[in-house]
Amino acid sequence: MKRANPIRQRLAALSLLGVPLLTYPLLSLPSGTWGGIPATYLYLFGVWAGLIALAAWVAERRGI
Amino acid sequence: MLSGWFIALLATGYLGLLFAVARFGDARADAGKSIISANVYALSLAVYCTSWTFYGSVGRATSGGLSFLTIYIGPTLMLLCVGVIIKMIRISKAQRITSIADFIASRYGKSQLLAGMVTVIAVIGVVPYIALQLKAMAASVDVLLQHSGSSVEVWGLDSTFLIAVILALFSILFGTRHLDATERHEGMVAAVAFESVVKIIAFMAVGIFVTYGMFGGLGDLFQRAAASADMERLLHLDSGRAGTWTALIILSGLAIIFLPRQFQIIVVENVDESHLKRAVWLFPLYLLLINIFVLPLALGGLLHFGAQGANPDTFVLTLPLARGAEALALLAFIGGLSAATGMVIVETIALSTMVCNDLVMPWLLHSTWLQAEKRQDLSGLLIGIRRAAIALILLLGYIYFRLAGEAYALVGIGLISFTAVAQFAPAMFGGMYWKQGTRAGAVAGLLAGFVVWLYTLLLPSFAKSGWMPSGFVEHGLFGLGWLKAQALFGLGGLDEISHCLWWSMLANMGAYVAVSLNSRPDAVEASQAERFVDVFRFDARNAEARLWRGKASPDALVGLLERFLGAARARQQLAAYALSRQAAGWRNLPADADFVQFAEAELAGAIGSASARVMVASVAQEEDLGLEEVLDILDEATQVRAHSRQLEAKQRELEAATNELREANERLRELDRMKDDFISTVTHELRTPLTSIRALSEMLHEDPRLDLADRSRFLGIIVNEAERLTRLINQILDMAKMESGRAEWTTGAVDLGEVVRESMASLEHLFREKGVALAGNIPASGPVVQADRDRLTQVMINLLSNAVKFVPGGAGRVQVGLSSAAGLVRVEVHDNGPGLTAEECNVIFEKFRQGGNTMTDKPQGTGLGLPISRQIVEYFGGNLWVESEPGAGANFIFTVPLPVPEE
Repeated sequence: MKRANPIRQRLAALSLLGVPLLTYPLLSLPSGTWGGIPATYLYLFGVWAGLIALAAWVAERRGI
Repeated sequence: MLSGWFIALLATGYLGLLFAVARFGDARADAGKSIISANVYALSLAVYCTSWTFYGSVGRATSGGLSFLTIYIGPTLMLLCVGVIIKMIRISKAQRITSIADFIASRYGKSQLLAGMVTVIAVIGVVPYIALQLKAMAASVDVLLQHSGSSVEVWGLDSTFLIAVILALFSILFGTRHLDATERHEGMVAAVAFESVVKIIAFMAVGIFVTYGMFGGLGDLFQRAAASADMERLLHLDSGRAGTWTALIILSGLAIIFLPRQFQIIVVENVDESHLKRAVWLFPLYLLLINIFVLPLALGGLLHFGAQGANPDTFVLTLPLARGAEALALLAFIGGLSAATGMVIVETIALSTMVCNDLVMPWLLHSTWLQAEKRQDLSGLLIGIRRAAIALILLLGYIYFRLAGEAYALVGIGLISFTAVAQFAPAMFGGMYWKQGTRAGAVAGLLAGFVVWLYTLLLPSFAKSGWMPSGFVEHGLFGLGWLKAQALFGLGGLDEISHCLWWSMLANMGAYVAVSLNSRPDAVEASQAERFVDVFRFDARNAEARLWRGKASPDALVGLLERFLGAARARQQLAAYALSRQAAGWRNLPADADFVQFAEAELAGAIGSASARVMVASVAQEEDLGLEEVLDILDEATQVRAHSRQLEAKQRELEAATNELREANERLRELDRMKDDFISTVTHELRTPLTSIRALSEMLHEDPRLDLADRSRFLGIIVNEAERLTRLINQILDMAKMESGRAEWTTGAVDLGEVVRESMASLEHLFREKGVALAGNIPASGPVVQADRDRLTQVMINLLSNAVKFVPGGAGRVQVGLSSAAGLVRVEVHDNGPGLTAEECNVIFEKFRQGGNTMTDKPQGTGLGLPISRQIVEYFGGNLWVESEPGAGANFIFTVPLPVPEE
């Protein structure tokens, strides 16, 4: 049997990882401010940027 | 300074530039040098960021804080499911699908009904979205004009209508140059990608200007916002709205692939599947960057203008203007223009294709007018219909804007559209992954979802605009409380979007699954289901030819192609097809299933799969295969691949087995040769004593006068030789038994010292006869091992008798030693005989090899004693070897392991 494409699976796994990280209840965790900037703002953009960086790393390493 | 005419000139100039980019892209595509790279593809996806993103996000952030981000997080997560998107692309390429209506209709048996339904839902759903773009553009123009105090009026028409007209012309010029919609609009994609770059630069420039120019950076903005109770609320998420948050992520995730323009860009305009691997991260990165300054802009606007100041939807323009940065405001205006034009162009092109192929064509095909014009070239008519459709859609958008637009903020309008296209999700996903989904199910699901959407979202939006009475929203239809449009069955506490999403999805999925499970697909549906769901496995070459059976005339098919594609293009495609089948021209080809498939695919590219099927059926007599037969063919098509994989595996197994057999055969041959050697050696060894017995017996028999002494000597030799013969045969039998594993062993505790002593005692007379000294230092009670006592005695006697054989008579000395160390008992028999060369040390353990020179000396043993001894010792886990040098005597050593002490 041909094995399913590992890159597609890794990306889909990233998507599944993103769902709990970017929805409630985890989203209510960051509170207050970090360095004068609201923690929620930093958390959302941080997790989002992290997902994008991981996706770029996975996708650009080898061909789909 | 900002006169109305200057703004108009700037906008026209920018649109001219866009047009130049598009022409350049088209020219390069025609020359075969596509400029659509992975980066261009990824940027073109950003057509998702419309003026809603550009102006509306800031507006939403002023009321909902960070919740605007859901609209961009959903697409990020959806895009990561690359497998789904690749499957959509692969199916669309295989089936020459040109729109989302075509996709759904094609999957469920090329149904005209479904295609029409999807088109109607898409048009009704997306018109508000187009109105939103017009509204945003009108608002941006108004802001700039207000600032300069001038106005533009041409023949008494308002600016929004002018904008709509210009956009319509622009879209028509862009999108309807070619007829075949699968012939990609590369120029349009290039222009959209260019616009994406412009809008992100413009938005970020404004963001940086406001954040760092007007305020002291992000930290300063947030701190000043936190000081006010109203704005402090915007900095944190309200976990009471967790449901809305999730609903919006789902909604936008679906919208990114099901909005007609997104489907167009992601699927239809895709040049190369591998471009996705760039888009999968570059497009989300784009979304992230364009959103970083949304909240700072919203806070900046609120701080600068106060709560009741300017319209928050236009902060992007009013903030720079408030500081007199007119150039920046113009850049922002151009950015907003890019966002709106990009969306309108792609959306109207996608919708016009759907309207033309799935609404107008079916009606035309049934009309008598078209039958009358039988021989006419219809390709011009098709383009005309599409152009009219573009104009009509923009007109509808304008009307919606006039009637209902004022009551809603930009984002509110956009979400109504998102919820409408989300209704495609069950039929799309079900169609791609569930073969059992049927046309009846898809129709039922779409209808149910659409009705719920209409009742709970669109009509209330009309009511809100005062366009119709709002009784059904406030008191429920017919005054029934549980029918309140935005609290259906008393489900309150949700915002209207989540409320509509949950109810419509429940109705949609429920109807789709329930009806699908209770209906049977027809033959066409079943075969299309197989082609869609198993697109990566479907063996097209094998199945396609057998799925169509009937009679067709090539001339009639070619006539069809010429009518719908235009004569020039039809001939071009036919020539290419003939070439691919290695024929000189299409006239040499039989009108077989393959040819019919080709014609239908070409037509599908022009008029959609449902209409194409009807047209081909009108000129070809197709036999009805029946569901059972179709299913059989499809089963085979998918199983052939599986079978060939199984065959390959079997073949590999066979090869491995063959190799093993060959090796086993080699081993057997080797053994056979060894056996032959053994037998010839054995017979030779047996013949030697027999020869001497026979010779002496003959002498005794033939010569009666032989004297008694000779007779007695001869008889003695005969007896000796007979004994040797017996010993030899016994040992051969012993050897054979051991080698075949049939020897009998009786294992028990054996005192090795006792064995050695007894063996020495039993051979004492032999040593004494030859005058050889036998000495040994054996402990009274030696080490005890697990072994066969008789066999060990046999080994010991063999070693001692060998020693006595080879030492010189009189001066010979044999020393026996017994010791134990490291879990082994070691027995040594040392003699002072002639010794052995290193080579001899090895060969004496081979069968029938004897010490000394066998050529000259009389054999003194059978040549089997040492091999047998070695086998015995090895059987008990020990070793037997010899250490010797010529002239220095030989030292035969064997070891037997001591039993492992029990714990």
